Parts: sequence; structure tokens; C-alpha cells
Amino acid sequence: MDSTSKLKQVFADSLGLPLEQITDDLKYHSLPEWDSIAHMSLVAAIDDTFSITLSTDDVINLSSFAAAKEILTKYGVNF
Amino acid sequence: MKVFDSIEKFAESTALVTGLESISYSKLATLADTFARQLTAKPKNLVFILCTNTVVAIAGYLGTLRSDNVALLLAADIDVQLLANLVDTYQPDYIWEPKNTNTFGDKAIYTHANYQLVQNPKPSEEQLNPDLNLLLSTSGSTGNPKLVRLKGESVLANAQAIVAYLAITRSEKAITTLPLNYTYGLSILNSHLLAGATMLLTDHSVITKDFWQFFKDQQATSFSGVPYTYELLKRIGFLDMELPSLRYMTQAGGKLNAQLVQDFGSYAQTKGIKFYVMYGQTEATARIAYLPPEYTLVKPTSVGKAIPGGNLSIINTNGNTITKPFIDGELVYRGVNVMMGYATSRTDLAKGDEQNGTLLTGDIAHFDEDGFCYITGRRKRFLKMMGVLFNLDDLENFLKQQGYECACGGKDDALCIAFTKQVPEKELKRQLQQKYKLNPNVITIVYVEELARTGTGKMAYEQIFRNVTV
Repeated sequence: MDSTSKLKQVFADSLGLPLEQITDDLKYHSLPEWDSIAHMSLVAAIDDTFSITLSTDDVINLSSFAAAKEILTKYGVNF
Repeated sequence: MKVFDSIEKFAESTALVTGLESISYSKLATLADTFARQLTAKPKNLVFILCTNTVVAIAGYLGTLRSDNVALLLAADIDVQLLANLVDTYQPDYIWEPKNTNTFGDKAIYTHANYQLVQNPKPSEEQLNPDLNLLLSTSGSTGNPKLVRLKGESVLANAQAIVAYLAITRSEKAITTLPLNYTYGLSILNSHLLAGATMLLTDHSVITKDFWQFFKDQQATSFSGVPYTYELLKRIGFLDMELPSLRYMTQAGGKLNAQLVQDFGSYAQTKGIKFYVMYGQTEATARIAYLPPEYTLVKPTSVGKAIPGGNLSIINTNGNTITKPFIDGELVYRGVNVMMGYATSRTDLAKGDEQNGTLLTGDIAHFDEDGFCYITGRRKRFLKMMGVLFNLDDLENFLKQQGYECACGGKDDALCIAFTKQVPEKELKRQLQQKYKLNPNVITIVYVEELARTGTGKMAYEQIFRNVTV
């Protein structure tokens, strides 16, 4: 599975949304599903899936699917 | 009685700061009184207020209390059916709501910013008790319309006690994300208004950049959180943050695990600031006890001692006071901040004080040899979900109405539902998210052979959930 598909799957599972709803435009608080609780599940799932530990700044900057890709690039994940 | 009727004395001091504006005490008093002048249907009116962390919502709340009317505070994102149920049960005179809500249509008698005041075409003719000023929901999230009845006198007494033990002065700036319809959130507003301090209002969660930007720009001196907030803070690396303006942190809304108490207690000690672990209930307006910060690391599992003016004791099942330490019993609180009683119907709003300052908390607790209180359990079937009481029986009844055979249990912030037959898990979680605002990640579904019952035919919850880890 490529990184984008992996990340989409992580988002879908953590936010409880169907895969097709995971697009670059998906933003924190744009849907009731992506609240602070889901956000922390998401962060934990990203850490596990990509074997990294997101920093404080990255956790609070992770405000959209597009931002998540950008942040993960810093940790050496290629999209 | 009229509460907050002398906030004008703080004149040009800043009362509220939002991302958009800054409001002085004089301005806030004027806004509140303009609102209050619209409430003319009866000598004493019942006003439903749909709360957001905004100047307009607060002005409506203050206007209602300053004019000795009665406010029921509700979440602005309340489920429409729950709201309809409350309107039907309590038949208010007015509703102060965001403009598109239109509970009684859109014929507003007064508007301010994005809020409208609309009169109920069919208000109740029944009297409101002269001492009554505030109504709060105990477990609004499960749709139970049961309310706590509070006197203005209790609101004032609790706010005064909080100002005293937190030593809140006019220079304090509290940042809050907690909603006003939530007793803990409201108690922060009340105590700061009484002290002439500043409230920094935001809807951004502590895990967003916007929150911390606002915190730093405005030089916040305190913040408050429920146990879940502290878990989030730890994960985002709060313990490594430098926040020079911060003077203290408070925690309430459920038991914070001992490790987190240690973590934040040590952080506070290192930084020379204070961390207050506190305990309270809506039935006591908000605050009942607090752990003086010098004991945070010494007695990390204690909720401390009663607030100024209050008294704690523990009784056994026969109602006799337990005086020996380390013996569990039901925690009893006495103080002016205890509610008048509950309400389940409009008629109940005419009732007087049924509690006489005494509250059986429903929590099981004991004292240590120094008189510090420790909560060890809960007598009733409630969980605290994200700091708010969640009634398990209400949920179970709702699911039974949907045709499910199930038992609800779990622990705080981790609801567990046991079914005997396979259920469509995703759909069910989605339904619960919509109805109760419960995030799917905090719900665990398990399957059991049968729902064990006790000899008297009641659900044997302990047995059902014995082998379940959530």
C-alpha cells in the first residue's frame, strides 16, 4: 500500500468516516467526527502506522489531511 | 435575588475577550440590562439560553440573573428533539438563541449580533419560586429532562468561595474552552465576574494552534480542564512548554489518574505555579472541595477538603456519621451552594428549598487521618464522559427502545456496551455520536452469551463486565 492510501485508511478508521470522504480538503472541526477525541486517536494511529512520534507543534498543526501529508514528509514519509 | 448586580463597579476593566473583541465591565452591564428590559411578560420569567462562548450569550445570562429572572442554560448544539422535549416540559417565556435556531419561529423581540430573543407563544401560567434563578441540566446529554434548581444566593456563595480559595484578583485572565451550560465552565465565569477579572473566551480545543496563539497573545494566567484535557495536554507535550504568564491550573469534572496528578503537580512545582485538583457537582452549583496545591504531590489521589463555607461528612447505610478514617460511606456536603432540589416538571419550578443546604452526593468516599477526602466510587449508574455525567440507564433504555438486548457499563471516558447478538457496530456508533455527541473512539462494543441477572432480576453489571477490559 502506498503512503497516501495508508494515511487515508488511518484517517478513515480514526474518524469513523468512509474512505471516499478523506480528501485534501478534510479539515479539523469541519465535521463533527473530527473532534479533539478523534484527533488524539488519529495522532496515535499515525504514530503507530508510520513508526514515528509526532512533536507538539506537529500535533497542533495537523489540521487537515493535506497538512498531515506535509508533516509526515518531514519524518521521511514520501507521498 | 439579583446576582451580579454590581459588576459596573469594575467600570473600564476588561470583562471578556474573544478572538474578535474586548468588552469592559460597563459595556457588559449595559448589554445585560438592555437584554433584561425585554423580559416583561411576567414579574418573573423563565428564559432558555442556548450557550456559546460568546459575549451575547453571556450578556443574556447576566441580564436574566441581574433582573432576578430564571435562566436555563443549554448547549447551543443541543439535539433538536431534546430541546423540544425541554420546551414542552418547562414551557419557558423566552428563548435566547442563535438566529437560525427558530425554536418559536423567527419573530424576534430583540436581537444582538447573531442572537435573537423570541417569546414563547404558549408559555406556562404556573408560578416560579421567588428564590429560583438558575436551572442546570445534570445529564442533558442523555436527554433526561431532569434539572437542578438553584437560588441566586447559591450561585453567589459558590462564586465567592472559589474567588477566596483560588485567590482570584482583578488582574487574573482565565482562558476557557469549557461551555457555560456546563457547571464547571459556568463557575469559572461566575467567579471571575465577581472578582472583576478577565475571561478569555475561545471555542478552540487545547490541541489547536489557535488556542495557544490566543493564550500567548492575551497572556492567560490560568486554565481549567477535565481529566481528558490533561491527557491531551500531556500527549501534546505541554509539560515541556514555557508559559511565563501562567499562574495556576485547575482540574475538575472527574477523577484525574494519579500519574497525571503527579506529572502536572511536578510541573507546577518546578515552574513555581499552582495546580488545583477539585471536586464538585451541579447539585452544589459547582464546587464542593479542592486539594490545596501544597498537597498535590503529597496526597495525589485526594480531592482535598471542603471549600470555604462548606462542610463534608461521610455516612453509613443507616445514615449515621462515620468518624473513623479510611472507612467508606456516602459523602455528604453541606453549604449555601446546595441546590433547592430537582425538577422534572414545570410544577416543580414553584417548589421551595427541599434540601436545606444538605446534599447526599451519591459518591462513595472516606477521609484519611488528616481529614482529607478520597472518592472511591459512585453509588449510581453514571459515567463521566469528557467531564460530563452520563446516565447509563438512560442509554440502556434508549437502546432497548431500539430493540437491542444490552447492558451499559465501562469506566469514565470509556463507555462499554455488551450485546448478546451481533449489531451493526459502525451504524450504532454513528447514531450514538449524533444523539449523545459521543465520539466512536470512546465506545467499546462487546458480545456476551447472556446478560447475567441478580437474584432479584436486576442486571448483574459487575458479572457482565467482569472479563471486559476497556
